[in-house]
Amino acid sequence: MGKPRRSATVRLTHWISAIGILALIVSGTAILFAHPRLYWGETGAVGTPALIDLPIPFMLGHSGWGRYLHFLAAWLCLASGLIYLVHALASGHLRRDLVPARAELKLDEVRRAVSGHLPGNDADRPSLHSYNVVQRVSYLTVVFVLGPLALLTGLAFSPALASVAPVIVNMFGGQQSARTIHFFVAAAIVLFVLVHLVLVCTSGFRARMRGMI
Amino acid sequence: MSRIISRRAVIASGLTLVAGAAAVRLAGRYNLIPPDSGGLYGIGETLTYAAQRLLIGKHALAREFGRGDISRVIPVNGTPPETEIYDRLLVGGFADWRLRIDGMVARPTDFSLADLQRYPAHTQITHQACEEGWSFIAEWNGVRLSHVLDLVQVDPRARYLMFFAFDGWHESIDMIDALHPQTFLAYGLNGRELPPEHGAPVRVRVARQLGYKSVKFLSRVVVTDSLEQFGKGVGGINAEYGYSWWAGI
Repeated sequence: MGKPRRSATVRLTHWISAIGILALIVSGTAILFAHPRLYWGETGAVGTPALIDLPIPFMLGHSGWGRYLHFLAAWLCLASGLIYLVHALASGHLRRDLVPARAELKLDEVRRAVSGHLPGNDADRPSLHSYNVVQRVSYLTVVFVLGPLALLTGLAFSPALASVAPVIVNMFGGQQSARTIHFFVAAAIVLFVLVHLVLVCTSGFRARMRGMI
Repeated sequence: MSRIISRRAVIASGLTLVAGAAAVRLAGRYNLIPPDSGGLYGIGETLTYAAQRLLIGKHALAREFGRGDISRVIPVNGTPPETEIYDRLLVGGFADWRLRIDGMVARPTDFSLADLQRYPAHTQITHQACEEGWSFIAEWNGVRLSHVLDLVQVDPRARYLMFFAFDGWHESIDMIDALHPQTFLAYGLNGRELPPEHGAPVRVRVARQLGYKSVKFLSRVVVTDSLEQFGKGVGGINAEYGYSWWAGI
């Protein structure tokens, strides 16, 4: 174990997902700009009360490319996510690298892990061989909460899928509610990506990239 | 360790290729490839159309709502056609309007509004969403398209319906949606006659797809086995403008 490196499947699915998520964020923003108002319930339109009226002008109303790209990227992320998930379960990556040990879930440990990500604390710098508790919890959240929720709320937009499985939209309280939750899940993913990028840069960029490519 | 992984990866990618090639052949045979399947984006479109066609089947009904759920605001998108023909029809209360249905049918027919209103009337209170993101629930009144298609006797080899509108628009659906019980030739909205801004005298209502498939100001329906002959061959103006032909999203 001279040069720590993630497994081939983890590296491959990480970069495919990275491309897919970037494409989803760009195209999702274009779609949002066509109607930057969020509603709750089944319906909503200009002339009805909005839950949130984003301070963005209505534009890109004719951004068909945004839809095409969003669906293509969603399929890419789904394929890559499923391969990753099967690998994580079969190889023990999930159990070994991601599920935090009980001892790690103590406040002191979390505090130490967080300070290890900040400049100046070289002693607690996150290891290249394993993930600390903050990494474990945030990666698990993305893989098992935010990703699936983004997918499900997205599918809830579909009148076709709602015909055969109404639960997919009813469980979110309506199609506009699903759209609003989709927005907040996307915002959380954007936040994760930004923090992830900053931390990669602040905690040894070169060594970390070597482990991932 | 790494040798095992790479052997596994080789086997996996080989199997993926074989499965992919088989899937494309099967998709072609079972009409699971949409007309806008070309190019990079076409991969996503084909996956979405094939997956949803397989998942939703022929008969699943779009959710229906109660009268109390009908939206107060029914947004208007676009304006009625500003053509002499349409103006004349509008002024005459659409008495001279005829819907021509031809193409791969045994009996090409011109239907008047009165003809359509004489056929069994149906009602649906359904949710309609625009691709932009807004939506509403409304009651649509009309005749099932399948009823009218029975009258003109569709050739069993036909695969699509191409709709033409007075505003120059054209847009198509496959035969499964054409025969779906919630696909209407709608002449009424919330119990009143369909207003011009919502597509008078008759608009299509396709309940399992986004609003842009529900063509307004209908003038002609062509039954066909291929969409290549129309415009750029991708199934309609929306697809030519870069919107998915399959809008079940």
